[in-house]
Amino acid sequence: MKRIISLRLNGKPVEDAVSDNTLLIDYLRDNHQLTGAKKGCDGGECGACSVLVNGRPRLSCITLTASCQGNDIETIEGQAKNGILSALQRAFHENLGAQCGFCTPGMIMVAESLLRRNVNPDENEIRQVLGGNLCRCTGYVKIIKSVRAAARMMETVS
Amino acid sequence: MSELLPEFEFVRPKTIEEALEVFKAKPQSRFCAGGTDLVVNMRRGFVDLETLIDLTSIPGLKNIDFDQGGLHIGAGVTLRTLTENSQIATIFPAVAQAAGSIAGPNHRETATAAGNLCLDTRCLYLNQSHWWRKSNDYCLKYKGDICHVAPKGNRCRAAFSGDLAPALLVYDAQVDLIGPEGSRRIPLKALYKEDGADHLSLRTGELLISIFVPSNQARSAYEKIRVRGAIDFPLAGVAVSCEDIDEVTYRFKLAITGTNSMPIVIDVPDLTIENTDPDAYFQAMGKLIQKAVSPQRTTTIAPHYRRLSIAALAARIARGLLL
Repeated sequence: MKRIISLRLNGKPVEDAVSDNTLLIDYLRDNHQLTGAKKGCDGGECGACSVLVNGRPRLSCITLTASCQGNDIETIEGQAKNGILSALQRAFHENLGAQCGFCTPGMIMVAESLLRRNVNPDENEIRQVLGGNLCRCTGYVKIIKSVRAAARMMETVS
Repeated sequence: MSELLPEFEFVRPKTIEEALEVFKAKPQSRFCAGGTDLVVNMRRGFVDLETLIDLTSIPGLKNIDFDQGGLHIGAGVTLRTLTENSQIATIFPAVAQAAGSIAGPNHRETATAAGNLCLDTRCLYLNQSHWWRKSNDYCLKYKGDICHVAPKGNRCRAAFSGDLAPALLVYDAQVDLIGPEGSRRIPLKALYKEDGADHLSLRTGELLISIFVPSNQARSAYEKIRVRGAIDFPLAGVAVSCEDIDEVTYRFKLAITGTNSMPIVIDVPDLTIENTDPDAYFQAMGKLIQKAVSPQRTTTIAPHYRRLSIAALAARIARGLLL
Protein backbone atom coordinates (compact mmCIF):
# COMPACT_ATOMS: atom_id res chain seq x y z
CA MET A 1 0.00 0.00 0.00
CA LYS A 2 1.26 3.46 -0.87
CA ARG A 3 0.55 6.81 0.73
CA ILE A 4 1.50 10.41 0.13
CA ILE A 5 3.91 11.61 2.76
CA SER A 6 4.82 15.25 3.42
CA LEU A 7 7.83 16.22 5.46
CA ARG A 8 10.70 18.67 5.62
CA LEU A 9 13.96 17.26 4.34
CA ASN A 10 17.05 19.30 5.16
CA GLY A 11 14.85 22.36 5.48
CA LYS A 12 12.90 21.92 2.27
CA PRO A 13 9.29 20.69 2.11
CA VAL A 14 8.93 17.46 0.13
CA GLU A 15 6.00 15.28 -0.80
CA ASP A 16 6.35 11.73 -2.07
CA ALA A 17 4.33 8.58 -2.62
CA VAL A 18 5.92 5.85 -0.50
CA SER A 19 4.99 2.29 0.35
CA ASP A 20 3.99 1.62 3.95
CA ASN A 21 6.88 -0.81 4.28
CA THR A 22 9.58 1.63 3.15
CA LEU A 23 12.28 2.22 5.70
CA LEU A 24 13.47 5.77 6.17
CA ILE A 25 17.02 4.93 5.07
CA ASP A 26 15.76 3.47 1.78
CA TYR A 27 13.54 6.50 1.23
CA LEU A 28 16.45 8.88 1.79
CA ARG A 29 18.91 6.94 -0.31
CA ASP A 30 16.65 5.77 -3.14
CA ASN A 31 14.05 8.54 -3.49
CA HIS A 32 16.33 11.49 -2.74
CA GLN A 33 19.81 10.11 -3.44
CA LEU A 34 20.89 11.21 0.04
CA THR A 35 23.44 8.45 0.42
CA GLY A 36 25.28 9.91 3.42
CA ALA A 37 23.35 7.80 5.95
CA LYS A 38 24.71 4.26 5.64
CA LYS A 39 23.09 0.88 6.04
CA GLY A 40 25.70 -0.84 8.19
CA CYS A 41 24.19 -3.56 10.34
CA ASP A 42 20.65 -3.28 8.91
CA GLY A 43 19.24 -3.86 12.36
CA GLY A 44 19.76 -0.77 14.51
CA GLU A 45 22.99 -1.97 16.05
CA CYS A 46 25.67 0.29 14.56
CA GLY A 47 24.30 3.84 14.26
CA ALA A 48 25.72 4.44 10.76
CA CYS A 49 22.19 5.22 9.54
CA SER A 50 21.56 7.93 12.18
CA VAL A 51 19.72 11.02 11.00
CA LEU A 52 17.85 13.70 12.93
CA VAL A 53 14.07 13.61 13.18
CA ASN A 54 12.70 16.78 14.76
CA GLY A 55 16.21 17.53 16.00
CA ARG A 56 16.72 14.21 17.78
CA PRO A 57 18.78 11.21 16.61
CA ARG A 58 16.89 8.41 14.90
CA LEU A 59 18.07 5.10 13.45
CA SER A 60 16.75 5.37 9.91
CA CYS A 61 17.27 1.65 9.17
CA ILE A 62 14.58 0.70 11.70
CA THR A 63 12.28 3.70 11.17
CA LEU A 64 9.29 3.49 8.86
CA THR A 65 8.98 6.44 6.49
CA ALA A 66 5.22 6.39 7.00
CA SER A 67 5.79 7.17 10.68
CA CYS A 68 7.63 10.40 9.77
CA GLN A 69 4.60 12.21 8.35
CA GLY A 70 4.98 15.95 9.02
CA ASN A 71 8.40 15.57 10.62
CA ASP A 72 11.57 17.57 10.08
CA ILE A 73 14.35 15.29 8.82
CA GLU A 74 17.99 16.29 8.65
CA THR A 75 20.80 14.31 7.07
CA ILE A 76 24.52 14.89 6.73
CA GLU A 77 23.91 16.44 3.29
CA GLY A 78 22.04 19.34 4.92
CA GLN A 79 24.82 20.26 7.32
CA ALA A 80 27.06 22.34 5.05
CA LYS A 81 25.49 25.70 4.23
CA ASN A 82 26.40 27.50 0.99
CA GLY A 83 29.46 25.34 0.57
CA ILE A 84 30.73 26.00 4.11
CA LEU A 85 31.16 22.96 6.32
CA SER A 86 29.41 22.81 9.67
CA ALA A 87 31.58 23.09 12.79
CA LEU A 88 31.41 19.33 13.30
CA GLN A 89 32.26 18.54 9.67
CA ARG A 90 35.24 20.89 9.85
CA ALA A 91 36.37 19.50 13.20
CA PHE A 92 36.14 15.89 11.95
CA HIS A 93 38.17 16.89 8.89
CA GLU A 94 40.83 18.77 10.85
CA ASN A 95 41.18 16.24 13.67
CA LEU A 96 41.10 13.07 11.52
CA GLY A 97 37.79 12.06 13.09
CA ALA A 98 37.00 10.14 9.92
CA GLN A 99 39.15 7.33 8.58
CA CYS A 100 37.18 5.08 6.24
CA GLY A 101 34.25 7.46 6.73
CA PHE A 102 31.46 4.88 6.84
CA CYS A 103 30.34 5.74 10.37
CA THR A 104 31.05 9.47 10.06
CA PRO A 105 27.65 10.76 8.85
CA GLY A 106 25.94 8.97 11.74
CA MET A 107 28.53 10.17 14.24
CA ILE A 108 28.21 13.77 13.07
CA MET A 109 24.41 13.78 13.13
CA VAL A 110 24.24 12.35 16.65
CA ALA A 111 26.96 14.74 17.85
CA GLU A 112 25.10 17.62 16.15
CA SER A 113 22.00 16.89 18.21
CA LEU A 114 24.15 16.88 21.37
CA LEU A 115 25.87 20.18 20.60
CA ARG A 116 22.57 21.88 19.84
CA ARG A 117 21.38 21.26 23.38
CA ASN A 118 24.74 21.45 25.14
CA VAL A 119 27.47 23.48 23.54
CA ASN A 120 30.04 22.45 26.12
CA PRO A 121 29.68 18.71 26.79
CA ASP A 122 32.33 16.89 28.81
CA GLU A 123 34.02 13.75 27.50
CA ASN A 124 31.69 11.47 29.44
CA GLU A 125 28.60 13.08 27.88
CA ILE A 126 30.09 12.73 24.40
CA ARG A 127 30.89 9.06 25.06
CA GLN A 128 27.38 8.44 26.39
CA VAL A 129 25.65 10.11 23.45
CA LEU A 130 27.82 8.35 20.86
CA GLY A 131 27.39 5.02 22.69
CA GLY A 132 25.10 3.75 19.92
CA ASN A 133 27.49 4.54 17.07
CA LEU A 134 30.19 2.05 16.18
CA CYS A 135 33.49 2.85 14.49
CA ARG A 136 35.91 0.11 13.42
CA CYS A 137 38.79 2.43 12.43
CA THR A 138 39.50 5.31 14.75
CA GLY A 139 39.37 3.77 18.19
CA TYR A 140 37.03 6.68 19.03
CA VAL A 141 39.78 8.91 20.44
CA LYS A 142 39.85 11.20 17.42
CA ILE A 143 36.07 11.21 17.14
CA ILE A 144 35.75 12.49 20.69
CA LYS A 145 38.54 14.98 20.04
CA SER A 146 36.66 16.19 16.93
CA VAL A 147 33.41 16.70 18.84
CA ARG A 148 35.22 18.65 21.53
CA ALA A 149 36.95 20.76 18.89
CA ALA A 150 33.59 21.49 17.24
CA ALA A 151 32.15 22.48 20.61
CA ARG A 152 35.01 24.94 21.09
CA MET A 153 34.46 26.38 17.60
CA MET A 154 30.74 26.82 18.29
CA GLU A 155 31.41 28.38 21.67
CA THR A 156 33.88 30.83 20.13
CA VAL A 157 31.35 31.82 17.47
CA SER A 158 28.54 32.29 19.99
CA MET B 1 15.24 -0.23 -4.67
CA SER B 2 16.90 -1.78 -1.69
CA GLU B 3 15.47 -4.81 0.04
CA LEU B 4 12.14 -3.99 1.63
CA LEU B 5 10.24 -5.22 4.59
CA PRO B 6 7.39 -7.61 3.80
CA GLU B 7 4.22 -5.89 2.57
CA PHE B 8 1.89 -4.54 5.25
CA GLU B 9 -0.53 -1.73 5.87
CA PHE B 10 0.51 1.06 8.26
CA VAL B 11 -2.32 2.45 10.38
CA ARG B 12 -2.00 5.24 12.92
CA PRO B 13 -5.11 5.46 15.14
CA LYS B 14 -5.77 8.54 17.28
CA THR B 15 -7.44 6.76 20.20
CA ILE B 16 -7.12 3.46 22.06
CA GLU B 17 -10.68 2.57 21.04
CA GLU B 18 -9.78 3.14 17.40
CA ALA B 19 -6.67 0.97 17.78
CA LEU B 20 -8.77 -1.87 19.24
CA GLU B 21 -11.31 -1.48 16.42
CA VAL B 22 -8.56 -1.80 13.82
CA PHE B 23 -7.33 -4.98 15.50
CA LYS B 24 -10.84 -6.39 15.61
CA ALA B 25 -11.33 -5.72 11.89
CA LYS B 26 -7.85 -6.94 10.96
CA PRO B 27 -6.79 -9.78 13.27
CA GLN B 28 -3.44 -10.22 11.47
CA SER B 29 -2.28 -6.99 13.10
CA ARG B 30 0.46 -6.10 15.52
CA PHE B 31 0.61 -3.09 17.82
CA CYS B 32 3.79 -1.07 17.52
CA ALA B 33 5.24 1.96 19.32
CA GLY B 34 9.00 2.61 18.96
CA GLY B 35 9.44 -0.40 16.70
CA THR B 36 13.07 -0.85 17.74
CA ASP B 37 12.45 -4.56 18.38
CA LEU B 38 9.48 -5.33 16.13
CA VAL B 39 10.78 -3.70 12.94
CA VAL B 40 14.10 -5.53 13.27
CA ASN B 41 12.27 -8.83 13.76
CA MET B 42 10.06 -8.09 10.75
CA ARG B 43 13.20 -7.36 8.77
CA ARG B 44 14.66 -10.70 9.88
CA GLY B 45 11.46 -12.36 8.67
CA PHE B 46 9.98 -14.02 11.72
CA VAL B 47 7.02 -11.73 12.32
CA ASP B 48 3.97 -12.27 10.15
CA LEU B 49 1.50 -9.41 9.99
CA GLU B 50 -0.80 -7.69 7.53
CA THR B 51 -1.35 -4.48 9.47
CA LEU B 52 0.96 -2.50 11.71
CA ILE B 53 -0.97 -0.43 14.24
CA ASP B 54 1.27 2.50 15.21
CA LEU B 55 0.33 3.76 18.68
CA THR B 56 2.54 6.85 18.80
CA SER B 57 -0.24 9.34 17.97
CA ILE B 58 -2.52 8.33 20.83
CA PRO B 59 -2.55 11.13 23.42
CA GLY B 60 -2.28 10.18 27.08
CA LEU B 61 0.02 7.22 26.61
CA LYS B 62 3.13 9.33 27.10
CA ASN B 63 2.44 10.69 30.59
CA ILE B 64 4.38 10.13 33.79
CA ASP B 65 2.32 10.92 36.90
CA PHE B 66 3.01 10.64 40.59
CA ASP B 67 0.14 10.52 43.05
CA GLN B 68 -0.25 9.35 46.65
CA GLY B 69 -0.57 5.76 45.55
CA GLY B 70 2.61 5.72 43.50
CA LEU B 71 3.94 6.20 40.01
CA HIS B 72 1.98 5.83 36.77
CA ILE B 73 4.01 5.36 33.59
CA GLY B 74 2.20 5.57 30.27
CA ALA B 75 2.89 2.72 27.88
CA GLY B 76 4.29 5.11 25.27
CA VAL B 77 6.77 6.89 27.55
CA THR B 78 10.12 6.62 25.81
CA LEU B 79 13.09 5.10 27.56
CA ARG B 80 14.93 8.40 27.23
CA THR B 81 12.15 10.22 29.08
CA LEU B 82 12.16 7.51 31.75
CA THR B 83 15.93 7.78 32.12
CA GLU B 84 15.92 11.57 32.38
CA ASN B 85 13.09 11.84 34.92
CA SER B 86 14.83 12.97 38.12
CA GLN B 87 11.92 11.97 40.39
CA ILE B 88 12.00 8.40 39.13
CA ALA B 89 15.79 8.33 39.48
CA THR B 90 15.45 9.41 43.11
CA ILE B 91 12.46 7.35 44.22
CA PHE B 92 12.78 4.25 42.03
CA PRO B 93 16.49 4.22 41.07
CA ALA B 94 16.46 0.71 39.61
CA VAL B 95 13.79 1.76 37.10
CA ALA B 96 15.80 4.73 35.82
CA GLN B 97 19.03 2.70 35.79
CA ALA B 98 17.40 -0.14 33.87
CA ALA B 99 15.83 2.25 31.35
CA GLY B 100 19.17 4.00 30.84
CA SER B 101 20.96 0.70 30.24
CA ILE B 102 18.64 -0.48 27.46
CA ALA B 103 20.14 -0.66 23.96
CA GLY B 104 21.86 2.57 22.89
CA PRO B 105 20.89 6.23 23.21
CA ASN B 106 19.51 6.32 19.66
CA HIS B 107 17.14 3.43 20.42
CA ARG B 108 16.00 5.04 23.65
CA GLU B 109 14.74 8.07 21.71
CA THR B 110 11.81 6.02 20.38
CA ALA B 111 11.74 2.72 22.32
CA THR B 112 8.99 2.73 24.94
CA ALA B 113 8.35 1.39 28.44
CA ALA B 114 5.61 -1.01 27.32
CA GLY B 115 7.68 -2.03 24.32
CA ASN B 116 10.48 -3.17 26.59
CA LEU B 117 8.07 -5.03 28.87
CA CYS B 118 6.61 -6.80 25.83
CA LEU B 119 10.01 -7.35 24.18
CA ASP B 120 10.13 -10.57 22.21
CA THR B 121 12.34 -13.35 23.52
CA ARG B 122 15.76 -13.77 21.92
CA CYS B 123 17.96 -16.68 20.91
CA LEU B 124 21.12 -17.37 18.99
CA TYR B 125 19.08 -19.63 16.68
CA LEU B 126 16.31 -17.10 16.10
CA ASN B 127 17.78 -13.62 15.78
CA GLN B 128 19.47 -14.41 12.50
CA SER B 129 18.72 -13.72 8.86
CA HIS B 130 16.05 -15.72 7.06
CA TRP B 131 18.54 -17.70 4.96
CA TRP B 132 20.51 -18.63 8.08
CA ARG B 133 17.42 -19.93 9.88
CA LYS B 134 16.14 -21.71 6.75
CA SER B 135 19.45 -23.52 6.33
CA ASN B 136 19.08 -24.67 9.94
CA ASP B 137 15.48 -25.94 9.36
CA TYR B 138 14.13 -23.00 11.38
CA CYS B 139 13.33 -23.59 15.08
CA LEU B 140 10.48 -24.22 17.46
CA LYS B 141 9.67 -20.53 17.85
CA TYR B 142 9.07 -19.95 14.16
CA LYS B 143 8.23 -22.51 11.46
CA GLY B 144 10.45 -25.30 12.86
CA ASP B 145 9.90 -28.48 14.84
CA ILE B 146 12.73 -28.48 17.33
CA CYS B 147 14.46 -26.18 19.73
CA HIS B 148 18.14 -26.17 18.75
CA VAL B 149 19.07 -25.06 22.24
CA ALA B 150 17.40 -28.05 23.93
CA PRO B 151 16.49 -30.51 21.15
CA LYS B 152 15.01 -33.07 23.54
CA GLY B 153 12.76 -30.54 25.21
CA ASN B 154 9.26 -29.63 24.15
CA ARG B 155 9.34 -25.88 24.53
CA CYS B 156 11.21 -22.89 23.14
CA ARG B 157 14.08 -21.76 25.37
CA ALA B 158 14.54 -18.26 23.90
CA ALA B 159 15.45 -15.86 26.68
CA PHE B 160 13.50 -12.81 27.80
CA SER B 161 15.91 -9.88 27.66
CA GLY B 162 13.90 -6.85 28.77
CA ASP B 163 15.73 -4.75 31.37
CA LEU B 164 12.77 -2.79 32.68
CA ALA B 165 10.74 -5.78 33.91
CA PRO B 166 13.07 -6.85 36.76
CA ALA B 167 13.41 -3.24 37.96
CA LEU B 168 9.62 -2.93 38.11
CA LEU B 169 9.14 -6.41 39.59
CA VAL B 170 11.14 -5.61 42.73
CA TYR B 171 8.60 -2.82 43.32
CA ASP B 172 5.61 -5.14 42.77
CA ALA B 173 4.48 -3.12 39.74
CA GLN B 174 1.16 -3.76 38.04
CA VAL B 175 0.13 -3.24 34.45
CA ASP B 176 -3.14 -1.96 33.00
CA LEU B 177 -4.40 -3.84 29.97
CA ILE B 178 -7.26 -3.10 27.63
CA GLY B 179 -8.71 -5.38 25.01
CA PRO B 180 -11.86 -6.67 23.36
CA GLU B 181 -13.01 -8.18 26.67
CA GLY B 182 -12.52 -4.95 28.63
CA SER B 183 -9.90 -3.56 30.96
CA ARG B 184 -7.98 -5.31 33.70
CA ARG B 185 -5.05 -4.63 36.01
CA ILE B 186 -2.69 -7.51 36.69
CA PRO B 187 0.57 -7.86 38.59
CA LEU B 188 3.47 -7.42 36.17
CA LYS B 189 4.66 -10.87 37.24
CA ALA B 190 1.46 -12.36 35.78
CA LEU B 191 2.24 -10.85 32.36
CA TYR B 192 4.92 -13.48 31.75
CA LYS B 193 5.05 -17.22 31.07
CA GLU B 194 8.07 -19.55 30.95
CA ASP B 195 7.76 -20.33 27.24
CA GLY B 196 10.03 -18.60 24.75
CA ALA B 197 7.54 -19.01 21.91
CA ASP B 198 4.61 -17.60 23.88
CA HIS B 199 5.98 -15.67 26.83
CA LEU B 200 3.25 -13.05 27.31
CA SER B 201 -0.14 -13.70 28.87
CA LEU B 202 -1.76 -10.91 26.84
CA ARG B 203 -5.06 -12.02 25.31
CA THR B 204 -5.65 -11.64 21.58
CA GLY B 205 -5.99 -7.96 20.71
CA GLU B 206 -5.06 -6.86 24.21
CA LEU B 207 -2.92 -3.78 24.70
CA LEU B 208 -0.73 -2.72 27.62
CA ILE B 209 -1.59 0.92 28.27
CA SER B 210 0.10 1.83 31.54
CA ILE B 211 2.31 0.69 34.38
CA PHE B 212 1.61 1.36 38.05
CA VAL B 213 4.40 1.27 40.62
CA PRO B 214 3.07 1.45 44.21
CA SER B 215 4.78 3.91 46.57
CA ASN B 216 7.82 2.36 48.16
CA GLN B 217 10.66 3.49 50.38
CA ALA B 218 13.10 0.77 49.34
CA ARG B 219 16.52 1.57 47.93
CA SER B 220 17.26 -0.21 44.67
CA ALA B 221 19.69 -0.73 41.83
CA TYR B 222 19.83 -2.48 38.46
CA GLU B 223 22.89 -3.80 36.64
CA LYS B 224 23.51 -6.22 33.83
CA ILE B 225 26.23 -8.29 32.27
CA ARG B 226 26.81 -7.71 28.57
CA VAL B 227 29.61 -7.97 26.08
CA ARG B 228 29.68 -4.32 25.04
CA GLY B 229 29.06 -1.27 27.20
CA ALA B 230 26.14 -0.12 25.05
CA ILE B 231 23.53 -1.48 22.62
CA ASP B 232 23.84 -5.10 23.77
CA PHE B 233 20.98 -7.05 25.24
CA PRO B 234 21.70 -8.40 28.74
CA LEU B 235 23.41 -11.76 29.01
CA ALA B 236 21.78 -11.52 32.41
CA GLY B 237 20.52 -8.57 34.42
CA VAL B 238 19.44 -8.14 38.00
CA ALA B 239 17.40 -5.63 39.97
CA VAL B 240 17.68 -5.59 43.74
CA SER B 241 15.64 -3.60 46.24
CA CYS B 242 16.41 -3.27 49.92
CA GLU B 243 13.92 -2.17 52.55
CA ASP B 244 14.80 -1.42 56.19
CA ILE B 245 12.36 -3.38 58.34
CA ASP B 246 13.92 -2.11 61.55
CA GLU B 247 17.37 -0.97 62.63
CA VAL B 248 18.93 -4.39 62.20
CA THR B 249 16.71 -6.12 59.64
CA TYR B 250 16.80 -5.71 55.88
CA ARG B 251 14.38 -7.16 53.34
CA PHE B 252 15.75 -7.79 49.86
CA LYS B 253 13.79 -8.42 46.68
CA LEU B 254 15.54 -9.75 43.59
CA ALA B 255 14.40 -10.04 39.99
CA ILE B 256 16.47 -11.37 37.13
CA THR B 257 16.26 -11.09 33.36
CA GLY B 258 18.11 -12.73 30.48
CA THR B 259 18.41 -16.19 32.02
CA ASN B 260 14.94 -17.64 31.45
CA SER B 261 12.08 -17.17 29.00
CA MET B 262 10.51 -14.81 31.52
CA PRO B 263 11.88 -12.41 34.13
CA ILE B 264 12.04 -14.26 37.43
CA VAL B 265 11.53 -13.08 40.98
CA ILE B 266 13.70 -14.76 43.61
CA ASP B 267 12.57 -14.86 47.22
CA VAL B 268 15.33 -14.49 49.78
CA PRO B 269 15.09 -14.49 53.58
CA ASP B 270 15.44 -11.21 55.48
CA LEU B 271 18.89 -10.30 56.73
CA THR B 272 19.08 -9.65 60.46
CA ILE B 273 22.48 -8.18 61.17
CA GLU B 274 22.41 -9.11 64.89
CA ASN B 275 22.34 -12.87 64.39
CA THR B 276 23.59 -13.41 60.83
CA ASP B 277 27.04 -13.04 59.39
CA PRO B 278 26.54 -10.79 56.32
CA ASP B 279 29.30 -12.59 54.40
CA ALA B 280 27.57 -15.94 54.88
CA TYR B 281 24.20 -14.37 54.06
CA PHE B 282 25.36 -12.92 50.73
CA GLN B 283 27.18 -16.13 49.86
CA ALA B 284 23.95 -18.04 50.47
CA MET B 285 22.05 -15.46 48.40
CA GLY B 286 24.44 -16.12 45.51
CA LYS B 287 23.89 -19.89 45.79
CA LEU B 288 20.11 -19.38 45.84
CA ILE B 289 20.32 -17.36 42.62
CA GLN B 290 22.54 -19.94 40.94
CA LYS B 291 19.87 -22.56 41.63
CA ALA B 292 16.94 -20.38 40.59
CA VAL B 293 18.14 -19.20 37.18
CA SER B 294 18.21 -21.34 34.08
CA PRO B 295 20.44 -19.81 31.40
CA GLN B 296 20.58 -21.84 28.19
CA ARG B 297 22.74 -21.79 25.06
CA THR B 298 20.78 -18.83 23.70
CA THR B 299 23.77 -16.49 23.51
CA THR B 300 27.40 -16.83 22.41
CA ILE B 301 28.43 -16.64 26.06
CA ALA B 302 28.37 -19.88 28.06
CA PRO B 303 25.33 -20.45 30.30
CA HIS B 304 27.56 -21.39 33.23
CA TYR B 305 29.35 -18.04 33.08
CA ARG B 306 26.02 -16.22 33.02
CA ARG B 307 24.75 -18.24 35.98
CA LEU B 308 27.83 -17.59 38.13
CA SER B 309 28.27 -13.97 37.20
CA ILE B 310 24.64 -12.91 37.72
CA ALA B 311 24.68 -14.52 41.16
CA ALA B 312 27.88 -12.68 42.09
CA LEU B 313 26.57 -9.40 40.65
CA ALA B 314 23.26 -9.67 42.53
CA ALA B 315 25.00 -10.34 45.85
CA ARG B 316 27.39 -7.43 45.23
CA ILE B 317 24.51 -5.03 44.49
CA ALA B 318 22.57 -6.24 47.53
CA ARG B 319 25.57 -5.67 49.79
CA GLY B 320 25.97 -2.18 48.36
CA LEU B 321 22.38 -1.33 49.30
CA LEU B 322 22.98 -1.93 53.02
CA LEU B 323 23.21 1.31 54.96
